[in-house]
Amino acid sequence: MNFKRQLKEGVITNNPILVQQLGMCATMAITTSLFNGVGMGLSVLIILTCCNVVVSAVRRFIPDQIRLAIFVVIIAGFVTIVDLLLQAYIPALSESLGVFIPLIVVNCIIIGRAEAFCQKNPVGPSFVDGITQGLGYTVVLIVMCVIREFLGSGRFGGGLIDAVKGFTLDGTGSGIQLFNAEYGASILTLPVGGFLTLGFIFAAMQAALKKAAKNKAERGDDEEEEEEDE
Amino acid sequence: MSVTEYISIAIGAILINNFIFSQFLGCCPFLGCSSKVETASGMGLAVVFVMGLASAICYVVNEFILVPLGLAFLKTLAFILVIAALVQFVEMFLKKAVPSLYSALGIYLPLITTNCAVLGVVLLNVQNGYDFLGSVIYGITGGIGFLVAIVLFASVRERIQFSDYPECFEGFPICLISAGLVALAFMGFSGMKIF
Repeated sequence: MNFKRQLKEGVITNNPILVQQLGMCATMAITTSLFNGVGMGLSVLIILTCCNVVVSAVRRFIPDQIRLAIFVVIIAGFVTIVDLLLQAYIPALSESLGVFIPLIVVNCIIIGRAEAFCQKNPVGPSFVDGITQGLGYTVVLIVMCVIREFLGSGRFGGGLIDAVKGFTLDGTGSGIQLFNAEYGASILTLPVGGFLTLGFIFAAMQAALKKAAKNKAERGDDEEEEEEDE
Repeated sequence: MSVTEYISIAIGAILINNFIFSQFLGCCPFLGCSSKVETASGMGLAVVFVMGLASAICYVVNEFILVPLGLAFLKTLAFILVIAALVQFVEMFLKKAVPSLYSALGIYLPLITTNCAVLGVVLLNVQNGYDFLGSVIYGITGGIGFLVAIVLFASVRERIQFSDYPECFEGFPICLISAGLVALAFMGFSGMKIF
């Protein structure tokens, strides 16, 4: 297992959202501004990495019958830590993500990786797996946010980037207005938009993977992979 | 809390702020278990049952154990343990007492532990400051909202099997798009004022 291959797996060929189809709820719910997307993605990345390391470190001591309960307790512990840290240092993010921060406990990605990967692998690869899978999750969240924000209200980087102040962390940035919000398809910023956007990204990903597989079969080599986003 | 408040909690949870279509809680089982109407209704019923019970128990745990001891910050951890234990007990009880219901719910019962609608509803109960009856009503009606949504969506999906759509939408994407359209229909309820 080398880093490069795990990175490619996490972000593209075994992406937690687009290929493993895990952790949909938060993906659709919070991707309304870049601020939320980046915040949520990084929170999950940190929690996932910590949980992976701990689970793989104690994997020999966990009795098989109660392993799920133990995983859940480990995950809930780290989620509580991150939740409290966000409340203390980035209250705006904690407020705008609301109940979805504690709900990371039941996010299938984390328990899924614990079950599928960390149980069988030592600490090193599990740590890398946490980072790469977390990155894959973050990338999809950011793509969703950018599309929904741009088409929905004509903005880019709401909450995170401010036209006057530059880069902000307090969630007050108004974003860069690329076209008048009146002309945006505001339906994309509503809950419905979450379903629709994710559906189209999924379809694009399936089409791209299929095309890549076809090219590979034609050329007969296994090095290159096409990368198509949106 | 007054009776009108309870009624508005109930109608809000079923129609206006439907757990799936406006709050995105419980999307995984919603998308995973909705290929047939029978399995969908089994899952929905199990969720109603567990959400009602979990709301009641977590209210008691929060009010009489966590808050007096000053441990409110541990509520995520405590609630998920309560839910996991509760699901296990419900499973054992049903197996012994109501085997017919147990076999009807089947695999869906253990899966509910990781349904974020259940953890979501108990966290929202605390966040919204509902009293005991309010929490239970919110839990049960939230579950009914889930049931309505998943049964409706399962019937839509049974129809999709016979329709013609682009190849790359096969499987998951077309489900998401149709779920989006059902959610669009539910948007008609938003902004509805009760009392």
